[in-house]
Amino acid sequence: MKKVRIAQLTCGAEYSGVQKEIYDAAESVGAEVFFPDIALGDVERAVKKFGLDVKSADLKLMIARAMALVEGKVEADGVFIGTCFRCAEAAIVRNELRRYIPENSKLSVVSYSFTERTTAGTLLTRMEALTTIARRRALLAREEQTGITMGVDSGSSTTKAVVMKDNEIVGTGWHPTTEVLKSAESAVSDALEMAGLTREDIQAIGTTGYGRFLIGKHLGAELIQEELTVNSKGAVYLAGHQRGASTVIDIGGMDNKAISVIDGIPGTFTMGGICAGASGRFLEMTAKRLGIDITELGPLAMKGMGKNVPMNSYCIVFGTQSLVNALAAGSSPEDVAAAACHSVAEQVFEQQLQEVDIKEPVIMVGGTSLIEGLVYAMGQLLQTEVVVPPHSQYIGAVGAALLASGFIKGE
Amino acid sequence: MAKVFIYPATSLILSDLVARFGHKPLGAALGIRERIQTAGVDSPPLQITPEEPKRGLKYAAVEVPSGVRGRMAIYGPLIEEAEAAIIVTEADFAFGCMGCARTDELILFTLRQSGIPILELEYPRDEDEGIRFVAAVKKFLAGLEDGGEA
Repeated sequence: MKKVRIAQLTCGAEYSGVQKEIYDAAESVGAEVFFPDIALGDVERAVKKFGLDVKSADLKLMIARAMALVEGKVEADGVFIGTCFRCAEAAIVRNELRRYIPENSKLSVVSYSFTERTTAGTLLTRMEALTTIARRRALLAREEQTGITMGVDSGSSTTKAVVMKDNEIVGTGWHPTTEVLKSAESAVSDALEMAGLTREDIQAIGTTGYGRFLIGKHLGAELIQEELTVNSKGAVYLAGHQRGASTVIDIGGMDNKAISVIDGIPGTFTMGGICAGASGRFLEMTAKRLGIDITELGPLAMKGMGKNVPMNSYCIVFGTQSLVNALAAGSSPEDVAAAACHSVAEQVFEQQLQEVDIKEPVIMVGGTSLIEGLVYAMGQLLQTEVVVPPHSQYIGAVGAALLASGFIKGE
Repeated sequence: MAKVFIYPATSLILSDLVARFGHKPLGAALGIRERIQTAGVDSPPLQITPEEPKRGLKYAAVEVPSGVRGRMAIYGPLIEEAEAAIIVTEADFAFGCMGCARTDELILFTLRQSGIPILELEYPRDEDEGIRFVAAVKKFLAGLEDGGEA
């Protein structure tokens, strides 16, 4: 198979010791990273034309290379932009290029700020998404599920399975992720039972999420796909907004995804979160501390006033401290629940949503989208009505089942 | 013969000048090419690993970007070893170039703090400035212990 060519625009990757990790991540998804070849003499000219007067030579080089890509002087299938974490000058360039390239070309872009601790594993899902968008555009264009297919989403907190038949969801299964394979088997059994079908009836299987490779191999899946493209597809499908622009937000148990989608295909996306304090994990902890089930947290938060409790879950430890202090000071569980929802939404807003262009509709998916207090807080921050489609907690499994139907024999 | 740190550390011309006048240049010994096909303008010739940014903690705190610390792991020991330094500012890319402006600031500060003799020059823009530039370098190097004519 022809390798997908990803143009690398970075500053500091080699001296941070992560260049090998970037190569390894690309290699593992059948892509190759290359450095757009430009003349030294073109660098200053390009920087002047771009208009961002930075001092670091490697940032100037990034700008010149981005312009060469946009102007078609160098061909690529996707772009990886990376700079050192905590460098303000580099962050400005990274942000501007991430905006400039998709606005002026059809290239998909993923950006990342690395430290010396960045590994190929961290970069893998992002590289895989870039590769998928380049290699599987035809598959991602699919708007209708056909035949009988199953999607399994092996997430960090929960494992979800969905059975679809003729463009309808006919079975669902949901289990906490403990042992990856066992959790998947349980979710699959439940989904099949609800659908009144057996494993033999399934014509194609798609897997996604952290455990996608393991369960994909175990189930003999036709499609094993990272969650960025799969969730985008599932979100716009369930929201009935397959054409045009939209923004998908998935606050997961371990990390968050913010994806700017056009016609069901991710344009720019970010994935991550500084700390679990910006993820569903913090809400789980909050519910546990309040002595309620996670399903009760959302309605409880809707009755409270988040402003009454100072809370900043930038770090989950400090967030928990605020939580404990607030309760000890006599704050009501309602106010604490509302503050926790606001804090998580605020972290995602500040850390991730600044990195993608927010285009309406904003679609929230994943298990946390069922926590209405969180959806409300996000809507308040974005000043828009957030759409939560039906079956939003099964988004990855639905996306995988939808895309898997492209692998049914004869399709 | 004195050990002279050169800035930009990638400048082959500066490295050659120091060697010609009988001293040992301390720099990256990396040529600047007409075309750039590597990650950066001063891509390291050696295999940098994630250990380098950690070694760089000796010169910069953990909140300093990893790329700066990785560079300092290379240049920090050279600065410690240096007995003199020549700093050329506003240099043309073709003369020699460092990729990260924040590292440049730290390198220059560390050099100035070290108390070794330093010659600071602006990159020459015409022939006359070029002649004065070389003369100043020659005079500085000749004044260093055991320095001599090329």
